[in-house]
Amino acid sequence: MAEGIQVIRLNAWFDTRHVLRDIHLRAPANGVTALIGPSGCGKSTFVRCINRMHEIVPNARVTGQVLLNGEDLYRPAVDPVVVRRRIGMVFQKPNPFPTMSVFDNVAAGLRLGGMRDRALLTEAVERALRQAALWDEVKDDLGKSGASLSGGQQQRLCIARAAAVQPEVLLMDEPCSALDPIATAKIEELILELKKDLTVIIVTHNMQQAGRVSEWTGFFLLGELVEFGVTRELFTNPRDKRTEDYITGRFG
Amino acid sequence: MTNLGRRRSVNRLMNGLAGTAAVLVILPLVVIFGFLLYQGSTAVNLDFFTHLPKPVGEVGGGMANAIVGTMILIALAAGAGLPLGILGGVYLAESRDRRLPWVVRFLADVLNGVPSIVIGIFAYTLLVLPFRRFSALAGGLALGIIVIPIALRTTEEIVRLVPLSLREAGLALGIPQWKVVLRIVLPTARAGIITGAMVAIARVAGETAPLLFTAFGNRFWHQGLDQPIAALPLQIFAYAIAPYEDWHRQAWAGALVLIVMVFVVSLFARLATGGLARQSR
Repeated sequence: MAEGIQVIRLNAWFDTRHVLRDIHLRAPANGVTALIGPSGCGKSTFVRCINRMHEIVPNARVTGQVLLNGEDLYRPAVDPVVVRRRIGMVFQKPNPFPTMSVFDNVAAGLRLGGMRDRALLTEAVERALRQAALWDEVKDDLGKSGASLSGGQQQRLCIARAAAVQPEVLLMDEPCSALDPIATAKIEELILELKKDLTVIIVTHNMQQAGRVSEWTGFFLLGELVEFGVTRELFTNPRDKRTEDYITGRFG
Repeated sequence: MTNLGRRRSVNRLMNGLAGTAAVLVILPLVVIFGFLLYQGSTAVNLDFFTHLPKPVGEVGGGMANAIVGTMILIALAAGAGLPLGILGGVYLAESRDRRLPWVVRFLADVLNGVPSIVIGIFAYTLLVLPFRRFSALAGGLALGIIVIPIALRTTEEIVRLVPLSLREAGLALGIPQWKVVLRIVLPTARAGIITGAMVAIARVAGETAPLLFTAFGNRFWHQGLDQPIAALPLQIFAYAIAPYEDWHRQAWAGALVLIVMVFVVSLFARLATGGLARQSR
């Protein structure tokens, strides 16, 4: 049985616009897979297909299979809510819940999932905040609003919020694009920590970032996965001309 | 540079015109309020808030029954109209369906445009004729119907303002949609929803026409929801067209009290909106 995420012949549409074509990809467990490519090439849509978020857009459609540890997440019997509990997501722009405190933000997934035990919640929140390397900065005032943190802290709060429910996979959709280099470095460190416990798939526009954090990289162009392979090889010795043009900046 | 001089004077002129227009907008309110203060303040005293109207010919008395009656009618209208309007507005904002929300939205706008006296006739036919009795309930229903489209559309607008990214954050955590709406979207929109509710309340507080043949008015204290009930607008109407000098003064006083009530509700609504603006920043 294949561990991690395996995508088989995935196609996706918005209305009649065909945005992903026959994608095959395998993101192994406890590793980091980076997805690169120009804007509008379908990277974001692709990760949103993995946790079944694509289908919440009106008139959006998906075909194909996404296997998590060998189990197809698009079988009719599968509840998308359960899929999203197992596959967490961090968005491009930090989006903490503005009406909730730092503590409540991190506890939200567990609490709204039905956990009531105060002691267990406190423990889970601390663990998630430590995992997100935010604990030391907020431990003295967990009651303050999540929106009062800095941008970088907010993004780590969102990572903690996603990590608190202990997902098996974490999808990150350009998690650093709204952050300064110092905050970015912290998040990258964090990704290397997180992969010990889960599978990470990260969309990035920053090829250096892909090189620093990932073992595998996929290059998307116009809705197709042009090339997929070990990160170092893809960057040093691309097999496809289009990949080479893109990573050397000779694109278009 | 004659050109620059000309531009400056045109700028001054337009600034002056726009400023004058802005002042003129609030002028009617200031004049009305000043006039009410001038005419009504002499009749506003403790008796006005604590006593029943005196019989014809006797001087003094108050409109305590009408003040209480208006509050009861507002409570009935809020009870009947706000839950429907607010829940419906949440549906309009959150539904992924397109056709039904479109129809509901359109019909709500039509309902919002229906003259209030027509809504009064509707309540009259529904609750007054079958029971052969004017009643507080009929008045509350008429006002409640007016509340529905206002609460519906303001709630929808406010809930729509909650960023999509918060909904997605909730859904991506594996939280079911109904819980995302209830625990994440609605708390974020709460201040705005309260404001919308207060605006709707302020709007019906002064309605007169739909009460004429539903609540009807009453010279005595509230006697039960199935009985005619006094209301400030009705009392003002009755006293203003009566031929007695003292009643005219009381009508002015009633109008003053009514406008102050609406003013206070609007002020609370505005303060709550201020809270929302702070949040979204």
